[in-house]
Amino acid sequence: MAAIPKRQLTAGQRKSQRGTEESPFVKWLLITVALLFSLVFLLLPLVNVFAQAFAKGFTVYWDALKHPNTLSAMKLTLLVTAICVPLNVLFGLAAAWAITKFEFRGKSLLVTLIDLPFSVSPVVAGLMFVVLFGLQGYFGEWLADREIRIIFAVPGIVLATLFVTFPFVARELIPIMQAAGSDQEQSALTLGANGWQTFWYVTLPSVKMGLLYGTILCIARCVGEFGAVSVVSGHITGKTDTVPLHVEKLYNEYQGAAAFAVASILALGALLTLGLKTWLEWREAKLEGLGQQAEAEVRP
Amino acid sequence: MQLPPHLNKLLLLAALTLFTAGAATAKDIKLLNVSYDPTRELYQDFNVAFAKHWQTKTGDKVTVQQSHGGSGKQARSVIDGLEADVVTLALAYDIDAIAEKGRLLPKDWQSRLPHNSAPYTSTIVFLVRKGNPKGIKDWSDLVKRGVGIIPANPKTSGAARWTYLAAWGYALKQNNGDEARAREFVAKFYQNVPVFDTGARGATTTFIQRGIGDVLVGWENEAFLALKEQPKGGYELVVPSVSILAEPPVTFVDKVVKRRGTTDVAKGYLDYLYSDEGQEIAARNYYRPRSAAVAAKFADKFPKLQLFTIDEVFGGWQQATKAHFADGGHFDQIQRR
Amino acid sequence: MAENRFRVLPGFGLTMGFTLCYLSVLVLVPVGGLFLRTFSLSWADFWRLATTDRALAAYQLTFGASLAAAVINAVFGTLLAWVLVRYDFPGRRFIDALVDFPFALPTAVAGLTLANLFAENGWLGQFLVPLGIKGAFTPLGVVIALTFVGMPFVVRTLQPVLENLDRDVEEAAATLGAGRLRTFLSVIAPTLLPPVMTGFALAFARAIGEYGSIVFISGNLPMKTEIAPYLIVIRLEEYDYTGAMALAVVLLVISFALLAVINVLEQWANRFAK
Repeated sequence: MAAIPKRQLTAGQRKSQRGTEESPFVKWLLITVALLFSLVFLLLPLVNVFAQAFAKGFTVYWDALKHPNTLSAMKLTLLVTAICVPLNVLFGLAAAWAITKFEFRGKSLLVTLIDLPFSVSPVVAGLMFVVLFGLQGYFGEWLADREIRIIFAVPGIVLATLFVTFPFVARELIPIMQAAGSDQEQSALTLGANGWQTFWYVTLPSVKMGLLYGTILCIARCVGEFGAVSVVSGHITGKTDTVPLHVEKLYNEYQGAAAFAVASILALGALLTLGLKTWLEWREAKLEGLGQQAEAEVRP
Repeated sequence: MQLPPHLNKLLLLAALTLFTAGAATAKDIKLLNVSYDPTRELYQDFNVAFAKHWQTKTGDKVTVQQSHGGSGKQARSVIDGLEADVVTLALAYDIDAIAEKGRLLPKDWQSRLPHNSAPYTSTIVFLVRKGNPKGIKDWSDLVKRGVGIIPANPKTSGAARWTYLAAWGYALKQNNGDEARAREFVAKFYQNVPVFDTGARGATTTFIQRGIGDVLVGWENEAFLALKEQPKGGYELVVPSVSILAEPPVTFVDKVVKRRGTTDVAKGYLDYLYSDEGQEIAARNYYRPRSAAVAAKFADKFPKLQLFTIDEVFGGWQQATKAHFADGGHFDQIQRR
Repeated sequence: MAENRFRVLPGFGLTMGFTLCYLSVLVLVPVGGLFLRTFSLSWADFWRLATTDRALAAYQLTFGASLAAAVINAVFGTLLAWVLVRYDFPGRRFIDALVDFPFALPTAVAGLTLANLFAENGWLGQFLVPLGIKGAFTPLGVVIALTFVGMPFVVRTLQPVLENLDRDVEEAAATLGAGRLRTFLSVIAPTLLPPVMTGFALAFARAIGEYGSIVFISGNLPMKTEIAPYLIVIRLEEYDYTGAMALAVVLLVISFALLAVINVLEQWANRFAK
């Protein structure tokens, strides 16, 4: 999942590859298979969401979106995302810094622990927090006596979402920072920069594309998390329903078109973030290309 | 240690969001009704009526919040701390679980309100596709080869448990109380099931929107609602000769209402279900009313059929659960074959 | 990469401290709590709960379908990555951007749409079901959902490697008279193997944990199309807390072991790539 900006091959490079290309038949066969695969698994699901959303006309679509319950679900999802993403970005940066810039015992254990939420079923994740904070859990009575609500309220949803999404940023940054080494940071320090300056002006710019990709994945998962949140939410309409839970609810209320209408907003969000990412990558590649060009021109 | 200015702002923002999230609690009376799947439409209507009734009676403004899901899942959430003032579930067994595992209400809760704490009843009927192509008239037609039955999963859904017990009860009646023959019948019944949804609503969706199966077996109210929602969809109601009297119970959760100080309004809410207005709203939403007067008014709305109760045939929920739905019970043995 | 780290870089205490605190609150304490709960069971009870017929069937489906989906992704993901990097065709950039779609689309929505597409009256189902290919409410449906969910992994791990692949070696092989297939098998494939393995392992790990999309498409028939996480939910709904925890612990342990293997694989791949 490393986000290394794609480099466009120049025309000259392309020409020189003639001897190493497949026959046109094989080439187009491969392209056809790849296109078919992406048609079934990428394009059709995407188109289907919107087709279903508009199946009953635009009015139904619009009514579904402006319904107070939809709006409150959106508000909750945005709130959860706004809390989780900055925290996870912070964690990702800290963890990547500690792991890639220093040697210590138990590093691979730490890396594995960071990866854990990645393959732990979200249901198990939710369950773990119920075991801790549920009324029958370890802290349940204590919290109930103090009127502190964690499970079936916003904090529980935030915790479950945090758990499910925290590896994304760290996972993107670690390989990139590992590959970059720490020579640049050391030079900066030698030149008299303090730690924060080094981090802010040297490290951060060099990992910004990975950070961006990790953040996008993290946002996407925060917005879309279903299993873990479903266990800890309590499904109170208009209060603890996130957008994906609301989609399920609408679907169960015989409002298929409305469910897909709300789902289409999620899909649209997905498309927008993907578009943004592609555009940033493209800009980055262009800048890099310009830089290389300039470098080439300077050299005789 | 000096933070760069951008990071400072970010932290402040995060702290602010956390703070505002914690402070969002309102002052007027809020009641949470944790219910099962098919009651969404019923309580949407009822909550509005109750709010009006309560305001004229006491002057207080009540907003009733709803949570819906499979009956077992909802009960589990309440046990784990979902602060339900009232629970309106599909089975007495699920409220028993709240009493037993959560110790949130007394074990004799069912005697607190009239009619076994079930203000409305329902039964299990069939919904078939237009023209009834498989010629289904009664339970015995369901076990024929090539009939696809859509019930929900008895392990998780209230409707599905009532369905299972209805089928079993029918078979017992047909075979003069022969348990082994009844089991044979129910085993055949579940061999014809292509998909198990967790809840009654999921099963309806599977049957109607995904076009799977020949018969939807489930709540009468759910079948009526499906007919109403799909006027040109082409479905027909089939009422079997005999079925079970399903009694979805309601009660308030003592520990929660005590802590939140909502005892009066929660009791008022449940009492209002038994009032004429409440009964009429239930009947309009296809639940069979308990009140004789309201029942007479809506008599032509509900088909007549022979109904048996769970206490008559199975000796109550605790026993039925132990024999049929517990791990290793009849249902598990049937599934394993 | 320099092996000897200089301790001159600041921030070890701060970052490590924060990392460990964060991990403790979010992972160690909850996981520990879960394990502690199951310790109240005797070993025999735990074993009985974790290995019921139904649980075994659920594991089998979870791991079998995840493996199948990961293999499909390894094959088609490699192909897709190859096509996206090596060839130019109309819509290439669009598809390239779309590869991340399964990451970005909420899984519940994915499950809904896939079920919709493959159901008997769906866009694809109406052609496939008469052919006997039932993509919704069957084990195949689980594989389809998992393939969708895990698709970006292989493509995204492979793409940068393919882009940085040194074409000189290929040219040399071609000059020496090797056919295209032979060049591919003996020159390109060995380089691609480690990233494909990583991508495969990631897709596999992700598939094991997947829940949201499967509940909509599998039909959840016990013993047939019921995945392990779903069985946990059912156990909870049956008030069988200990049963649920036993299953959860089994899944946790397997996930952890799997991740450890992946990390070893990745280290191996890194060394291989050098």
